Amino acid sequence: MSDYHPMWKSLGLDLAAHDAMLQSVGQAYQETFLSQPNRPEGMKYFDFVISEVHGLRIKELLDAKAQGRKVIGSYCTFVPEELILALDGVSVGLCTGGDFALDLVDQVLPRNTCSLIKSAFGFKLGKVCPYIESCDLVVGENTCDGKKKAYEIMRRFIPNLHVIDLPQVKSEAGKGLLLAEYKRFAAKLEELTGRKLELGKLKAAIVTVNAKRAALKRLAALRQADPAPISGLDALLVSQVSFYDDPVRFTGAVSALCDELEKRVAAGQGVFAPKRPRLVISGCPMAFPNWKLPAILESSGAVIVGEESCVGERSTRWLTPENGNSVDEAIAQLVDRYLQIECAVFTPNPTRIEYAEQITRERKADGVVHYSLQFCQPYQMEAGPVVEQLEKDSIPALRIDTDYSREDEGQIRTRVEAFLERLHA
Amino acid sequence: MRTAGIDIGSRTVKLAILEDGRLRAARKRENSFDPLAVCRELLDGERFDRMVATGYGRHLFAREIAARTVSELTAAATGARWLLPSCRTVIDIGGQDTKALSLDDSGRLLRFEMNDKCAAGTGRFLEVIALALAARVSEFGALAASAAGSCPVSSTCTVFAESEVVSLIARGVPRNQIALGVTESIALRAASLAHKAGVFPDVLFTGGVALNPAVQRALEARLHVAVQVPDDPQIVTAIGCALLAASSPADLDASPA
Repeated sequence: MSDYHPMWKSLGLDLAAHDAMLQSVGQAYQETFLSQPNRPEGMKYFDFVISEVHGLRIKELLDAKAQGRKVIGSYCTFVPEELILALDGVSVGLCTGGDFALDLVDQVLPRNTCSLIKSAFGFKLGKVCPYIESCDLVVGENTCDGKKKAYEIMRRFIPNLHVIDLPQVKSEAGKGLLLAEYKRFAAKLEELTGRKLELGKLKAAIVTVNAKRAALKRLAALRQADPAPISGLDALLVSQVSFYDDPVRFTGAVSALCDELEKRVAAGQGVFAPKRPRLVISGCPMAFPNWKLPAILESSGAVIVGEESCVGERSTRWLTPENGNSVDEAIAQLVDRYLQIECAVFTPNPTRIEYAEQITRERKADGVVHYSLQFCQPYQMEAGPVVEQLEKDSIPALRIDTDYSREDEGQIRTRVEAFLERLHA
Repeated sequence: MRTAGIDIGSRTVKLAILEDGRLRAARKRENSFDPLAVCRELLDGERFDRMVATGYGRHLFAREIAARTVSELTAAATGARWLLPSCRTVIDIGGQDTKALSLDDSGRLLRFEMNDKCAAGTGRFLEVIALALAARVSEFGALAASAAGSCPVSSTCTVFAESEVVSLIARGVPRNQIALGVTESIALRAASLAHKAGVFPDVLFTGGVALNPAVQRALEARLHVAVQVPDDPQIVTAIGCALLAASSPADLDASPA
């Protein structure tokens, strides 16, 4: 591996803190991922990506910048990657899945803020994220109240911040708002890149992103098999990597992984023995490197076969039509596509439960684990009705509210074990 | 078959030994920084064919001393049904957890709720408050029962509740009224968990806090149903383990280490 310290230094990272973080993430990766049994060969690509997550990929970003391309970072699946790619930008999802520099975060955010928002600030304030430091533009979005107000504060530390407003209701008026906001975002990108959004490039970008989503959908469908050909942890990792890897290369790697998994399914091979309790996770996104709950679930004897989550199927379920006849029409098609996302910030949001139930049945899952982050109002509020509805429809459901700390792992494990015992009683 | 159940809780380790459907031994010991040593002392000289472990120390125990493990919830449900076959709801308040379980007619676990990572309303909470009131935990129930009226304690956090109690003492509020207020706040939290899990008679109240009759009465007032407490509420989960050991696969047959 090359020595990336000069590169990190040039980005202004706190080298000592960054080294310590890489070491701790590396160790967690070793314990959580590399120690799993019967991993598909195709995961080697993702292991490599993780090993170079702050190295080679950052170098690629800096090389792209040297060629005049712009790097655009974002935090949410509502940010249309297609527009970024159409203007030759590089789209990277920024990490929000680990506690970092909480002492600094506590100086600017209330303590009762969710871990995901705190994490976004921690990586910035602690100067340990080379992605955020490589960005020419960071894109926020008005999803929940916490994020909305946090972006006002974030602007102090990230002046090159563009915030997309989002509707809260899936109405015609809501659609109009999203259309106006996507057009405003496109104009911002045109200004930043000095390029003009063209139909041909936009359609090509839609094709690229559709291909990525189609590959991830194929991976999701393969998890119907019993025994599951891939662990939930590895499938989650693939979703996490989808946010910052090069989309074309990533699609190739996922397709190769799926080819291998198809052979496994045909041969009846799995990562675990058949008849292991199968679970679907539904709820808040699990951003890199948040592996806490899935690691507990799978080390307690379950296998995860689907994620009703933004880091999961909520960001890949829908493809965009590739037949727009004008830039305006193609943007309108993007709006239709993105407005379907079943985020809990929408009111009402009934199709989220329907999809959780649908994949539970399709994947022959035995139950659903509803996961919310502490202080995430939208998902914590929805958790009650979601769990109630699932139980009413004879799908056992377990509600877990937690954060990124490790102190409640014992309590979570107890609940998970009791839930699994309930499934098999 | 002679089977053992060990419940390694945060404050107390409990051991139950069953043979031919009868409880042969029920022993307890305060837990320490070295739970394995406490377990070994407790198991010293005991004979049995199989053992199941539960409680916070179960995985450590299973690793160091062979035993199958089970969650406290399944164990508590199993033990409760053995003691009270008509039991449909179990409220268990232990050292650091409050649990509420609802069971179907055949004793299968339907729903369960547990407190968050917070000791509010648990046995540890009771100990901290008892200390602030200079009362023994064993006398706490009688102290609360002697109060004509209660002084509400609003804090749900153990640390804040302690300082609230200290300020109530400083205001001259009689300690029995504070004790009753604390008792009611424990019952309130447990009742709210129980309502979430579903409350169906008969209700059995277990765990160390069930030794306190004032909490039992406060729970009855909150739930509007009779709440029964077994003779030894602390041993119920260990009994559940011993029962589960009898039906556990033979490949994990254990002997005392």
